[in-house]
Amino acid sequence: MNAETPISLEQRKDKLQGLGCSRKRVEDARFTQGKGNYVDDIKLPGMLFGDFVRSPIGHGRIKSINKEAALAVPGVKAVLTADDLRPLGLHWMPTLAGDVQAVLADEKVLFQNQEVAFVVAEDRYAAADGVELVEVEYEDLPPLVDPFKAMEEGAPTLREDIADKTEGAHGPRRHPNHIFTWEAGDQAATEQALAGAEVVAEEMVSYQRVHPCPLETCGCVASMDKINGKLTIWGTFQAPHAVRTVASLITKIPEHNIRIISPDIGGGFGNKVGVYPGYICSAVASIVLGVPVKWIEDRMENLSTTAFARDYHMTGRIAATRDGRITGLWCHVLADHGAFDACADPTKFPAGFFNICTGSYDIPTAYVAVDGVYTNKAPGGVAYRCSFRVTEASYFIERMVDVLARKLDMDPAEIRLKNFIRKEQFPYTSALGWEYDSGDYETAMDKALKTVDYQGLRAEQKAAREAFQRGETRKLMGVGVAFFTEIVGAGPVKNCDILGLGMFDSCEIRIHPTGSAIARLGTISQGQGHATTFAQILASEIGIPAEDITLEEGDTDTAPYGLGTYGSRSTPVAGAATAMAGRKIRAKAQMIAAYLLEVHDGDLEWEVDRFQVKGNPERHKTMKEIAFAAYNQAIPGLEPGLEAVSYYDPPNMTYPFGAYVCVVDIDVDTGVTEIRRFYALDDCGTRINPMIIEGQVHGGLTEALAIAMGQEITYDEDGNVHGGSLMDFFLPTAVETPTWETDWTETPSPHHPIGAKGVGESPNVGGVSAFSNAVNDAFAHLGLTHTQMPHDHWRVWQTAQRLGLTGQPAAAE
Amino acid sequence: MIPGAFDYHRPRTLDEAISLLASLGEESRVVAGGHSLIPMMKLRMAVPEHLIDLREVAELRGIAVEGGQITIGAMTTQQEVIGSEELASACPILREAALQIADPQIRSLGTLGGNVANGDPGNDMPAVMQALDAAFVLRGPEGEREVVARAFYEGPFTTALGEGEVLAAIRIAAPAAGHGWAYEKQKRKIGDYATAAAAVLLELEGGTCRKASVALTNVGDTPLHAADAEAALVGSSLDAAAVEAAAAAARAIAEPAEDGRGPRAFRVHLTGVMVARAIEAAKRRAG
Ligand SMILES: Cc1cc2nc3c(=O)[nH]c(=O)nc-3n(C[C@H](O)[C@H](O)[C@H](O)COP(=O)(O)OP(=O)(O)OC[C@H]3O[C@@H](n4cnc5c(N)ncnc54)[C@H](O)[C@@H]3O)c2cc1C
Repeated sequence: MNAETPISLEQRKDKLQGLGCSRKRVEDARFTQGKGNYVDDIKLPGMLFGDFVRSPIGHGRIKSINKEAALAVPGVKAVLTADDLRPLGLHWMPTLAGDVQAVLADEKVLFQNQEVAFVVAEDRYAAADGVELVEVEYEDLPPLVDPFKAMEEGAPTLREDIADKTEGAHGPRRHPNHIFTWEAGDQAATEQALAGAEVVAEEMVSYQRVHPCPLETCGCVASMDKINGKLTIWGTFQAPHAVRTVASLITKIPEHNIRIISPDIGGGFGNKVGVYPGYICSAVASIVLGVPVKWIEDRMENLSTTAFARDYHMTGRIAATRDGRITGLWCHVLADHGAFDACADPTKFPAGFFNICTGSYDIPTAYVAVDGVYTNKAPGGVAYRCSFRVTEASYFIERMVDVLARKLDMDPAEIRLKNFIRKEQFPYTSALGWEYDSGDYETAMDKALKTVDYQGLRAEQKAAREAFQRGETRKLMGVGVAFFTEIVGAGPVKNCDILGLGMFDSCEIRIHPTGSAIARLGTISQGQGHATTFAQILASEIGIPAEDITLEEGDTDTAPYGLGTYGSRSTPVAGAATAMAGRKIRAKAQMIAAYLLEVHDGDLEWEVDRFQVKGNPERHKTMKEIAFAAYNQAIPGLEPGLEAVSYYDPPNMTYPFGAYVCVVDIDVDTGVTEIRRFYALDDCGTRINPMIIEGQVHGGLTEALAIAMGQEITYDEDGNVHGGSLMDFFLPTAVETPTWETDWTETPSPHHPIGAKGVGESPNVGGVSAFSNAVNDAFAHLGLTHTQMPHDHWRVWQTAQRLGLTGQPAAAE
Repeated sequence: MIPGAFDYHRPRTLDEAISLLASLGEESRVVAGGHSLIPMMKLRMAVPEHLIDLREVAELRGIAVEGGQITIGAMTTQQEVIGSEELASACPILREAALQIADPQIRSLGTLGGNVANGDPGNDMPAVMQALDAAFVLRGPEGEREVVARAFYEGPFTTALGEGEVLAAIRIAAPAAGHGWAYEKQKRKIGDYATAAAAVLLELEGGTCRKASVALTNVGDTPLHAADAEAALVGSSLDAAAVEAAAAAARAIAEPAEDGRGPRAFRVHLTGVMVARAIEAAKRRAG
């Protein structure tokens, strides 16, 4: 079989389409032809549809629910309320954050659009008609929507179910509306550093409530097979195995009798990590009615009920020497968690990894405290395209450093360069306890500044400000500089778990006799392109062309156990498992090759796609040949077959970083901000597929633009939610999206098998600060230190007006 | 986002449509492009029992420009308005405004008639029609009548359209040759209704403004015809003081809602900015 036409080493490498190759996405053939298979494409015989009756008010007591008229609608099969779920113990469910959440409102409603009843009908129309006719009588209670008022004396008690509990899942509670206090760092030392500092800058930096808003909303199809007792749920799950285990614990159905399948997922961004009432109600309805039940959220339900993000109100103090050396950082966060604490964070981290908030800087002492509170808003607090609370942390430090720079009259780039953790300090232990794996911040920043001609931009800005002064233009130019360090790849089982499930991940590989392969992972792609990139990792590890490797995820009956995809963890954790499983394959292949070539396995070396005899490369066996032999030749001392599985528990997180520069022009009369230029340099360690990295960066920057410039979900005093439709919630189109310039440096992770760090979320983490810094910078010469996001037209105009720039008297109210 | 139950009718002629409306009564509605009505039905803000689809009523389609008189059939799509070279030369503000409605997908179904008959203060065409002093041809069981755009709008989603009447066509006297025009609209994103918008038409004679029309979108319960702003311009050289006076007059009648587009003060201010910018643009174009 050695008679193939000889091809060069380069050709052999190219054929693999392994690491570093911009291989086209294998997923796109079906997606671009509309042939994806999403949960709403699943149609089963006899399937019914569920739809929710939702609370029209933000806070109130349910006095009565009358189902009669709804049950009389032709096609309506059942109406479930909390009272129906109570006997099963399923009217409440545990949240990922150690709290409980009402599946269907139990005596009280705590936020507008909360699930009150579940109508099951033959089709969506009948279900919707039924929803209209369920009569619910409420007694209004005063809504509490301002987190700053949550812990006031006399504030209404929201959670009567836990009113007297002084101990929550994360320690003591000081008030009925208090969830937890979480601290990191050295409070005394930090306060001392602040007291003795030459300069202290202080700011309140709020990160508004937003929503991940994936293209596809959440949904599921639950199907109970009464013959074999097996419950199958197809759903939009970012962590199918975790859902299976939690479902088993909640329903008491043995875990082997539950099968969770995540079909194609149309974007997740954190929205699809949580467990939602729709899943439970569909499952219960299917169990009770014995037929499959589908539940699909509409857009307004998605935006206003399942998984908001942020709502973090961060008060910061940053201390420095007069020449700009940062000496201490203090931060208090008021975290609005809504009506139930349903944050999706590793169990021991109720504020996620917010203590990455010292950022990319060598800050000797720091302290952070986070208070979580309940309000009459939807629960959630997910990591919207970022690792747990990392965007919040990054936004906080990147704004604080700018605020400090203003105070010191220093250039924002200069102050960053001055305070960076230096290359030789890695691995670096931060004042708040993280061990940064690797980095070369200065090189990245220098490259960014040079590429955009930073000095030139500042000179242009100076000239533009003078022209503005002379009345020649009504536009202000702003330059935003942001540098970020992410913490992704959760995480080491020793400190990372979700509801006790360790956050390792997995890969299982089977090589077929003819030399192609299938790999299955515990993660699930929602657009990231796993089927493309994980095959590339494997191709480089085992010498089988990527196109000959099938990749499967998302079916708990076939995939190995894993904790799913979010927090940029797939490449750092499952990608590592893939490489390690590949190495196990290679180790066995080496023994087979040694047998076939009649040499000692130590006499062989690996080259691209084969084992060859050291010093005699003519004598070799390709992986394809080895695979055939593995199945078809009796090899003494070796079992037949060629398979491997790896469960990878990462030794540490990975720390991607990047330098972003944004240039804006602001029309002070209209508040319109034009993004003139956006440059993004990302360092995500080893680059598996540059094209996919670029795509991820484009998408993440577009979401960052959306957040910084317009996305917002607000509640009025009466508890009504606003921004809950795409008319108001800002999703940029191609028209609003600027051209993205991407760039990179490559600093591998020292502890990851292939040095990769993860990239999907970096652009959101770094991008938001870059936009916001640019808007703030435009007004900096007028004394502005900080203005609140989102930087939509009216807020920017108000800022200009506050600074006396509108050129027109304030219009009469 | 699921509408209530309704019956669907597809008449072939306008007479048939009108008699269907009469016989089916109050709970029947005509549907044109459906891009305002169907979203409202999905939100169950509109729950008609009968939908009478006008798409096959041929006599409601078409654009005619004859001797300074423009007639546009109600079922003419926004895309057809944009695509018409005849309209673009006789009355260019129509193309300019239509291009700022929603996005190409919506414009290819949404009609001009639906846009003006809808009565949503957010619709762009009503203010343009007021600036053009257009007339709406209404056909009902009692025959045909005309109502001018400036008298058509009564409140949010309430217009002079009588029960049982259908908007058949829009009649516009073509603006004088050499007129200047502009539709300035600020919105948050593609597909959004105006935060504030202004339609302006100007005629100049020897550097002096002979005639001016100004109307405003989405800064009140109805489109607003800004007669005082017009008065501030006529007779002036459109100098800075006149422009500011017109902007101030527009601000004075603006009563925008406070919503995600911003607080009232901002939208009032922006009304002035849109008016001023539309005047500047129209002035540049006037020959
Ligand atoms: C996402 C989105 C963004 C949009 N953005 C804009 C925008 O920026 N600017 C803007 O102006 N519009 C916008 N629209 C609305 C769009 O232009 C609609 O097409 C238009 O408002 C209505 O026209 P239609 O033909 O779709 O009417 P339909 O929706 O069919 O009807 C609207 C109303 O008018 C009535 N009606 C329709 N035709 C007649 C007739 N001939 N006689 C009597 N009554 C009639 C109907 O009964 C109904 O009450 C947007 C719509 C969407 C969905």
